[in-house]
Amino acid sequence: MFPYIPATEESKKKMLEDVGLNSVEDLFKDISHKVRLKGELNIPKHKSELEVSSYIKKLGKMNETTEDYTCFLGCGAYDHYIPSVVDAVISRSEYYTAYTPYQAEIAQGTLQTIFEFQSMMAGLTGMDVCNASVYDGSTAVYEAAYVAVASNRRKEVLISKSVHPEYRKVLKASLGAANIKYIEIEIKEGTTDLDDLKEKLTKDVSAVIVQSPNFFGLIEEVEEVVKESHENKSLVVMSTDPISLGLLKTPGEMGVDIAIGEAQALGIPLSFGGPYLGFITTTKALLRKVPGRLVGMTKDVDGKRGFVLTLQTREQHIRREKSISNICTNQALNATAATVYLSLMGKEGMKEVAKQNYDKAHYAHEQLISTGMFEDSWEKPFFKEFTLKYKGNLKALKEKLEENKILGGFHPKEDYQALENHLIIAVTEKRSKEEVDQLCTIVKEVE
Amino acid sequence: MYEKVIYEISSKGKKGYMLPPQDVPQYEVPEKYLRKTDNHLPEVSEREVMSHFVNISSKNYHIDKGFYPLGSCTMKYNPKINEAMARLDGLANIHPYQDEKMVQGALRLMYELQGSLGEITGMDAFTLQPAAGAHGEKTGLMLMHQYHRGRNDLKRDKIIVPDSSHGTNPASAAMTGFKIIEVPSNERGGVDIEALKNVVGDDTAGLMLTNPSTLGLFEENITEIAGIIHGAGGLLYYDGANMNAIMGYARPGDMGFDIIHLNLHKTFTTPHGGGGPGAGPVGVKEFLKEFLPVPMIDKKDETYTLRYDMENSIGKVKSFYGNFGMLIRAYTYILTMGSDGLKHVSEMAVLNANYLKENLKEYYQLPYDILCKHEFVLSGKSMKKKYGVSTMDIAKRLIDYGYHPPSVYFPLIVEEAIMIEPTETESKETLDEFIKVMITIAKEAAENPDLLHEAPHHSPVRRLDDSGAARNPILKWQDIE
Ligand SMILES: Cc1ncc(COP(=O)(O)O)c(C=O)c1O
Repeated sequence: MFPYIPATEESKKKMLEDVGLNSVEDLFKDISHKVRLKGELNIPKHKSELEVSSYIKKLGKMNETTEDYTCFLGCGAYDHYIPSVVDAVISRSEYYTAYTPYQAEIAQGTLQTIFEFQSMMAGLTGMDVCNASVYDGSTAVYEAAYVAVASNRRKEVLISKSVHPEYRKVLKASLGAANIKYIEIEIKEGTTDLDDLKEKLTKDVSAVIVQSPNFFGLIEEVEEVVKESHENKSLVVMSTDPISLGLLKTPGEMGVDIAIGEAQALGIPLSFGGPYLGFITTTKALLRKVPGRLVGMTKDVDGKRGFVLTLQTREQHIRREKSISNICTNQALNATAATVYLSLMGKEGMKEVAKQNYDKAHYAHEQLISTGMFEDSWEKPFFKEFTLKYKGNLKALKEKLEENKILGGFHPKEDYQALENHLIIAVTEKRSKEEVDQLCTIVKEVE
Repeated sequence: MYEKVIYEISSKGKKGYMLPPQDVPQYEVPEKYLRKTDNHLPEVSEREVMSHFVNISSKNYHIDKGFYPLGSCTMKYNPKINEAMARLDGLANIHPYQDEKMVQGALRLMYELQGSLGEITGMDAFTLQPAAGAHGEKTGLMLMHQYHRGRNDLKRDKIIVPDSSHGTNPASAAMTGFKIIEVPSNERGGVDIEALKNVVGDDTAGLMLTNPSTLGLFEENITEIAGIIHGAGGLLYYDGANMNAIMGYARPGDMGFDIIHLNLHKTFTTPHGGGGPGAGPVGVKEFLKEFLPVPMIDKKDETYTLRYDMENSIGKVKSFYGNFGMLIRAYTYILTMGSDGLKHVSEMAVLNANYLKENLKEYYQLPYDILCKHEFVLSGKSMKKKYGVSTMDIAKRLIDYGYHPPSVYFPLIVEEAIMIEPTETESKETLDEFIKVMITIAKEAAENPDLLHEAPHHSPVRRLDDSGAARNPILKWQDIE
């Protein structure tokens, strides 16, 4: 009756006999009647594949998508191009229907992919060690904070207000329960206020967390942050967009201790916010504090190269409450997607895609300013995203853009009250000059 | 067999991509912001990339290939319709910051999924934000913390976990700032009630319990345990990673649990992906609803909204709204199976487990010889003693016979543990073949232990040097270059 269950009436009968039971009901006789469910679950009965797929498709059709709209929305979730090979690889059963590679001899596909992921992400960020992923950019922030606290045993974490507001909320909630003090650093002109940082850098500060390019798209003066923090023996955590690293100075080059971030941009669909891909890369000094899985290269008994999960004594299944983190299931398939993406793009492709993002964003910025309807929120260097102040009625602009099938940018006033009438606009390599020009034409049409 | 790392097929100038021509002017990047170092990425053509990943994929064992009886990990078949639904344009290509009115279908799907999970578990409200089981645990513990803090009950800093619990339970509790108290199991695999009574007190924040436990046994004294914990002012947390044993028969909400998480990547057939992504929704009883993370998904008339104005919320546990792609797959599955199908799932998962248990207990030790639920634990202890064959050797020998080994050395309280979970998606024929092989291996252990010591013999690689890997960690290609 149910296509996923191969039992027949006859096999069921034989098996029940074999285990010495009379009925299926008897299989549950250890559950006391006090806690037994009386009656049926109040959800609809089973449905055929045809019925289910028409219903889910109907739900899908109720959404407007980035196939129908031109997307200038970013803020931690980006409309980048995904080469077809990415889905061709991760749709293979060998990858998506495998479990965590606990039996290395028959999990070399997953293990080697993760090893290559670690290699590529370490290369891209300029760091020594990369883990096999955490849930997303936001949880990578607290994992990094715990790494810092575990390494220097200080009990305060500073985070810049230019870090993604959702990441800050996740960090705050996590540290609040764990009795680690959460303190924000003010921003000045859209980037971390270095004076405020200096003031707050006490001997209790375990880590300073910044994001570059930051939530507004601006490139931060990370080297200054590193200098100040290291003088105070605090660690520096930098959240970054891996696409930007094809072009911009890396966390490694700037002396950052822990580089983290959201790698959705590397071949993972928008999917309404998840599943995405968090990464953590560190210096060698912090190797034994890295959360989650690490894959190492080794040899088998015949001397043949192979890969295994290694340094597992950091992990929850061995160390329980003394482990570095609780992470178990992570984002391995998305790490596979990112590995395929990075393999396709390669050395030159990552440079080229980063430069295209940079150029297109700068072109859009220039053109929008020249409509006369926007002014720069701050005149500072930015990467693929920038923030502008709109001079007209923002609601009217949004409506007009929507009528023309454009998702026009993010209005950050919920989290930044001072930014009434500002828009954060993202321009990826997917946006053509024509689309940018059309955006500007429509802007000019709004009263 | 293909032996290469992608860097070994790389050569300068090869490309696996082509971007549209740059149609805007070039803009100068200030020199001081420019990257100066090599990015260490390979240079490979598209065809080579595809073939590289296909070739290494063939070294993976996976559920679409064969039997995968990993206890606690619940490897059941991942229906293909789930994959197709998650890839629909209308669901895959929406941005989390689009206006609510543009994403009504997505919000409705999440709202309906919450409702179904509530009914299946007997809980009053759900958040879909947590990205995995352990993340759900952390969320649940943050809820506990917030609840006690809200009542100004500040000395509750201890979480009790049974010694049979999954490692994530104590790890999540420690990460959330709690101290951990372990209680032993009794001779029937349940929580030792006397020991529990001795450790509860006015510093107990709560108890984390898996039921059925990681031994696959239903906790006989569950109502008594709930009474003890609630009586002391603590909360009861349900690790619902493995709900597949009791669906339609019992609900944690009716057993006295206050907070639970589910692993959609186990019970609800979203694939494991070689280690993720998953989804770990958290359900609570009405009195804890106000503490759930924001946003909540609400429905008014026929409109769905994201609600942020929750004064007592713990805040956020993940950016955006959860692993939406996984939620689509799980909801597709729930719709397909329905109330009758989910109940049937539990029946067959339990029958299959008991069938294996009864047929294997003669050949391997069975520490708890009682009715089990979806899984059971054997011990290789006597085999080790008699023939020097470890559980790891048995596991590796199974690989030679074409099976993925069961979970081994977990739970920690059973010596040389072998934890088997067949799931409902396997037939009697498959189980019979597996039994035959397990019996053969038991005989081999007695007659030719070296055959097992040296297993596997027929896998892409043979036993790997774990200690060498840890002693001299090579964690990226650049480390040997
Ligand atoms: C009983 C139990 N609890 C918790 C977990 C943790 O879930 P996850 O791996 O999704 O974090 C698992 C699975 O690994 C489990 O089997």
